[in-house]
Amino acid sequence: MLGTIIQQTVNALTIGSIYALIALGYTMVYGVLRMINFAHGEMFMLGAYAAFLALTLVVGDIGAVGAIALTLVFFGAIVAVGFVGVGIERLAYRPLRNSTRLAPMLSSLGVSLSLVTGVQILAGPQPVGFPSFFPTTRFDVFGGTVTLVQIGILIAAFILMFGLYTLVNRSRMGIIVRAVSESRPTAQLLGINVNLAISMVFFSGPLLGAAGGILYASYYGIMSPTMGAVIGLKAFTAAILGGIGSIPGAMLGAYILAFVEVGGTALLPVVSGGVLGTEYRDVLSFAILILVLLIRPAGILGEPVSEESMVYKREF
Amino acid sequence: MSAVDTPAAAEPRTRRIIPLLVFALAVALLVATPFLPNYHIRVINGLLIYILLGIGLNIVIGYAGLLDLGFVAFYAVGAYTYALLASPQFDLHLPFLLILLIAAFLGMLTGILLGIPVLKLRGDYLAIVTLGFGEIIRIVMNNVDWLTGGPQGIARLDKASVFGIEFARPVEIYFLLLVIVFTVAVLVWRMERSILGKAWAAIREDQDAARGIGINTTNAKLAAFATSASIGSIAGVIFAASQRFVSPESFTLQESVLIVLMIVVGGIGNILGIVAGATILILLPEVLREFAEWRILFLGLLMIVLIIIRPAGIVPRSFGPDKLIRGLFGK
Repeated sequence: MLGTIIQQTVNALTIGSIYALIALGYTMVYGVLRMINFAHGEMFMLGAYAAFLALTLVVGDIGAVGAIALTLVFFGAIVAVGFVGVGIERLAYRPLRNSTRLAPMLSSLGVSLSLVTGVQILAGPQPVGFPSFFPTTRFDVFGGTVTLVQIGILIAAFILMFGLYTLVNRSRMGIIVRAVSESRPTAQLLGINVNLAISMVFFSGPLLGAAGGILYASYYGIMSPTMGAVIGLKAFTAAILGGIGSIPGAMLGAYILAFVEVGGTALLPVVSGGVLGTEYRDVLSFAILILVLLIRPAGILGEPVSEESMVYKREF
Repeated sequence: MSAVDTPAAAEPRTRRIIPLLVFALAVALLVATPFLPNYHIRVINGLLIYILLGIGLNIVIGYAGLLDLGFVAFYAVGAYTYALLASPQFDLHLPFLLILLIAAFLGMLTGILLGIPVLKLRGDYLAIVTLGFGEIIRIVMNNVDWLTGGPQGIARLDKASVFGIEFARPVEIYFLLLVIVFTVAVLVWRMERSILGKAWAAIREDQDAARGIGINTTNAKLAAFATSASIGSIAGVIFAASQRFVSPESFTLQESVLIVLMIVVGGIGNILGIVAGATILILLPEVLREFAEWRILFLGLLMIVLIIIRPAGIVPRSFGPDKLIRGLFGK
């Protein structure tokens, strides 16, 4: 029993860390642009493909790659996706900066569609096996199984999230990003380089999302061009649940969602006497999301979006 | 609007010729459709169903300014209403028109049920709650096997028949759709220009000011949700009757998104725009079928470009059906 609980907790923490990495991108973009970036799930997908490309093309033989080379591949891939994110913002969202609020969101749908199809054309639509970035060692903890992959994911996610936290709260760049996210017109009046802050957000968000993609692909050993859609939606749900625009909120929301999912899978059939199967865990997640939004429209840790920040732009 | 219109005579000639040409082309297509092969008629039928869905969703998005990302739920309600009441599933075989009425009513009810809790939410939060609602409906339909047949769906639905006339072949469905789409379009257009439509416009432009001048925003918003939902539900009935098969696969989030895109690319708040948007997003992939995935890539890029160069849509709000009629008949 204890073993099962430990194993399920580690499962939830693992998947929660991946959701958190992606949710951070949604929340930061929303913070500075008040825009839902529907193409963010595709950064997650691109991360896995970029790493795979680097492994097969640059490094060559996958079997004989050392830890240092793997780390280099990991960072190379996520930085590359970060630059892709900056490029997309420059081409598809910046021209719409002064348009309606809906316009960049729809443009991001176009970006999402283009990226998925682009990868399908280049790499084929079928799922591809993904090499694990970690040794497949298993540990037995009080009867439950914990894998080294899971521990690796937890550590990597923790380092990345800590890095982001430090960047946002302790660096000059972080002050700029926070100022823009507080009020873009005011930041602009104070002479802050708004474009730089937005580029920074569109660099770090996709970077974290791509890291999530690589970790996810090596956890499940598979990647596909459409993998971003479902996970993107989940991470997005997590960001809203925690309070979109809030960085700690995105992390909290991600772990809550992961625990609801893992707990729901295990408990729903038992609690409902077999009426509701494990398929209903997504219904449970969405139901919790809707409930939270109805009670606290800004999410658990989110600050209510002030009318002032909404007013300077028309919805449609 | 009409107070600031420039007289038609003062406009450059091309301004009248282009709409005229497009209109003539559309009429020619509608007249030619029954003579095309069945496959082509099916594509046009699909287009008409999407136009119907677009007109329905546009009430909430374009008129009242509320972003709804779960519209497909109402489409599903209609489709499953027909599937349950006119199939061997429960051996019920109600007449088509009766089911159309029941579905419109059920759609309205679901619309209000969704509307009540989300009335206080604005903008993005509304979008997300409606998105969650749409997903919940789809997952439930996918799993309540005893009712909906689960992922296998419900097959062998009855042929639609109105007053003894059967509507089963693509051509027959085409005529049925043509009548329904035209009727709904005219009704909705009149609605937009009614006092209720003006209340929606006021809410869209500034909700607080609308409340300030005495508009009951709660009722007006619920009316928008209810009307829009019942149109979505009607579209679902016709969809089910033409496919004679329903499954949850047809009601994914992507469908909702596609309908929103049609509206925005075409021209938000404008029925003519929706027709244009649907034509591009539905017909273009069919026309470019031989290019396989490349056409989808092209569509994605086209979407970005169109939103950047024509933010108000291909046919902007200011060029509504009234302008077209005036352009066609001189005054």
